[in-house]
Amino acid sequence: MRIVNQPISKIDGMDITTGKPVYTDDLAHGHELAVKILRSPYAFARIKAINLEKASRIPGVECILTYQDVPKTRFTMAGQSYPEPSPYDRLILDEYVRYVGDEVAIIAAVDEKAAEKAMKLIKVEYEILEPVLDFEKAIGHPSVVHPEGDVTVNMDIGMDKTKNIASSCKIEVGDVEAELKNSDVVVEGTYYTQAQAHAMMETYRALTYFDHNGRLTIVSSTQIPFHVRRIVARALQIPMGRVRVIKPRIGGGFGGKQTASVEVFPALVTLKTGKPAKIIYDRRETFACTTSRHAMRITVRLGADKEGNIKAIDMQALSDTGAYGEHAPTVFAVAGYKTLPLYGKARAVRYMGHAVYTNKMPAGALRGYGVTQGTFALESAINELAAKLQMDPAELREKNIIREGDAHPVLGETPEGKPVVLASSALDRCIKRGKELIGWGEKYPRKVVSDTKVRAVGMAITMQGSGIAGIDTASAVIKLNDDGFYTLLLGSTDMGTGSDTTMAQIAAEVLETTMDKIIVHAADTDISPYDTGSYASSTAYVTGNAVIKAAEDMKKKIIEAGAKLFGVDSEEIEFDGEFVRAINKHQSLSLDEMARRLISGEGKLQLVGTGTFGGDTSPPPFIAGFAEVEVDTETGKIDVIEYVAVVDCGTMINPNLVRIQVEGGLVQGIGMAMYEDVKYSERGKMQTDTFMQYKIPCRKDIGKITVDFEPSYEPTGPFGAKSVGEVVINTPSPAIAHAVYNAVGVNIRNLPITPEKVIMGIMEKK
Amino acid sequence: MQIKVTINEKMMELEAPYDEFLMDTLRRYGFLSVKKGCNTGSCGLCTVWLDGKPVLSCSVLSVRVNGRNITTIEGVQKEAREFADFLVKEGADQCGFCSPGFIMTVLAMKRELSNPTEEDIIHYLTGNLCRCTGYQGQLRAIKKYLGVV
Ligand code: FES
Ligand code: FES
Repeated sequence: MRIVNQPISKIDGMDITTGKPVYTDDLAHGHELAVKILRSPYAFARIKAINLEKASRIPGVECILTYQDVPKTRFTMAGQSYPEPSPYDRLILDEYVRYVGDEVAIIAAVDEKAAEKAMKLIKVEYEILEPVLDFEKAIGHPSVVHPEGDVTVNMDIGMDKTKNIASSCKIEVGDVEAELKNSDVVVEGTYYTQAQAHAMMETYRALTYFDHNGRLTIVSSTQIPFHVRRIVARALQIPMGRVRVIKPRIGGGFGGKQTASVEVFPALVTLKTGKPAKIIYDRRETFACTTSRHAMRITVRLGADKEGNIKAIDMQALSDTGAYGEHAPTVFAVAGYKTLPLYGKARAVRYMGHAVYTNKMPAGALRGYGVTQGTFALESAINELAAKLQMDPAELREKNIIREGDAHPVLGETPEGKPVVLASSALDRCIKRGKELIGWGEKYPRKVVSDTKVRAVGMAITMQGSGIAGIDTASAVIKLNDDGFYTLLLGSTDMGTGSDTTMAQIAAEVLETTMDKIIVHAADTDISPYDTGSYASSTAYVTGNAVIKAAEDMKKKIIEAGAKLFGVDSEEIEFDGEFVRAINKHQSLSLDEMARRLISGEGKLQLVGTGTFGGDTSPPPFIAGFAEVEVDTETGKIDVIEYVAVVDCGTMINPNLVRIQVEGGLVQGIGMAMYEDVKYSERGKMQTDTFMQYKIPCRKDIGKITVDFEPSYEPTGPFGAKSVGEVVINTPSPAIAHAVYNAVGVNIRNLPITPEKVIMGIMEKK
Repeated sequence: MQIKVTINEKMMELEAPYDEFLMDTLRRYGFLSVKKGCNTGSCGLCTVWLDGKPVLSCSVLSVRVNGRNITTIEGVQKEAREFADFLVKEGADQCGFCSPGFIMTVLAMKRELSNPTEEDIIHYLTGNLCRCTGYQGQLRAIKKYLGVV
């Protein structure tokens, strides 16, 4: 391969790093109405009256909209393929407010100052209701978060909203209870994972205007332009054909921008006033009024024989979806679907439970999408099982993991009704290599460094998917331009990952050309081919396969067009990326020359190659993660000395970009493991709504990060590739918890792993 | 209020309300490289130079810079691109939103520290958050750029 698997520089790298105006707010012309939101101070209340009299008299105020001004059709902001599994449980503005920060009124004014001034003068009378704040008490709570009668679902998601149950799920293979009964050793533990914030550097923002055709145009920092088009059309009750969504460069997403958190507000303003509008969430709103990771409680029971053969896995889960059900059923299910197959030797596995409504900020998609939560629980339990069996936890895993060629029903079903076979995995090699790199042999389980310092190692493994099987689709279009270069049109959304570059690499590889001959355009719903968007670890795998198809289609068309120009059969034509040759006639034509002739009166033929792909399976990438920590036994302070991750993501389309994905994801995972925690006051107000209270790792908070690769070859992947974007965040929490256990004998089952919890554990043991 | 400043070596007269921060004024006058990541002076995205020293432009009132010298990344493109080349070759240019502020800090560090160690570099850049890269690739790029072994 000449271009795929090469560390090619990102095509937009030089411009985005040196400050070119390419992000959403940079594209505003400065005369948009400023849109501000008045938010609920109460966790749960009904609006009795709103008085706008004083507020609307403020000079410069264009409009103030309340729940009386919005369409009465409920929708979801979750960016998912239609029909969305997420319930239609929200209005743009509602009579009920369901969390501190929920939208009460939309104010649009000539500038921010006027909007803010008006906002302060709006008088709202609330009937304050008893909020549901503890997700473990949500089911059967006297308060019902969604008392309204018009919540609808597109499919049976096991909703019972009178009990605050947003969704229910059960995955079961074999007889778990019987296998547990027959097990020599059973461990049981309950694990808590916290809500985590995405904390992408570019906060949420969108601008809206009517274009020259009277169509509502939305420029948004989004991962999901096509879903935004549909969501906004539904929310505003206008035809999808009247909406256009443009995605410029994005300043980070991490799943946050897989929910259309802001677009409907300026869109409604533009619709009502006819004027351009802009909303920019500040950091507080980004923390407190969008989405976070679903906090979860998972009780795991594992059964094994004395030799460490795992017989049964049971996971009972509860997930906090907050005020609205964005991504509730899917995040919940994925926590089971992408963990249970890991230990493929188990005879019976089960994952079940509910996602519940509470009066807190809604949860949503965040890198890892439930798998992070499930992995912490399952991997922690596996480490506890190893301790109980007095077995090396790496050996326990090596004995039980799913291997390439194994079938597992939880991976899916073939059209013939057989369990899907794992087509590629180097997980065994990842574990082996990771042990070498961390020095497992010498360091496991611990080394006492001094009277107060202990060093220890811990580990965890994980898998994810590559796109959503049977649902995600992507299309790619390649156009041959009149000077022999190509335009690659994509609907995927490079949010910094470099997917525009990797897609261009794939196209260049197939078309046997160079990177400079491929111009990438993404994404604009009026121009781009359909793509569900960049989420669910889909772009490299799903869009990548579509690009291969489009490029092959283009190649075929070039050959056919060459045959026509030379007056020979297609079989007699050769194309090497630069020249089209008629084999027997000793004639050749350069691609640029041919492109010029085709597009002109002579050829009358614009060549366009297209390709669409949707996966039948979702091939899992794997990681073995190893942590070495130093724990201060007097203070509980934990330092990560080194983190090792060995990754099987199949072929790396771009090794440099893959490496950075891994490093970035590990650090975000270390943040979740040790520092990050979305916290609420007793009355339900988020307390961690700035970078002062919500700590993301800075350069000093992470030890040495070592990343290595053990690629397998995924036969259904583009050039053998699988995903990498999400799997990287899953191992730090359980591996660091394990290292802490090995250091001081304390099992932290409640994230994040803080010095206070560690020292409390040490004291309890004494 | 009217202020006179030199921005990227050009004299300018700017109109800025008394309570406006430099970051907002600069963006209003088209210096769109300047990004905002927080409201609390915590992220470093808004870093520009004031009289050659890196400052958080979100925490400096515009009226306070009257008569002074401001440099944004637009004004040091050649040098910025030299370093960006290392960053991009490392793949450590992810979303890019933190980059202008980060690069302004790196270039300031280069002027301020001679022969910095890895620790010095990390210390100097602690105030520049990045959520995408995990910092490792940025560090590799800086070390190559400065010739630190
Ligand atoms: S914007 Fe965050 S420090 Fe200035
Ligand atoms: S590259 Fe995205 S925040 Fe640094």
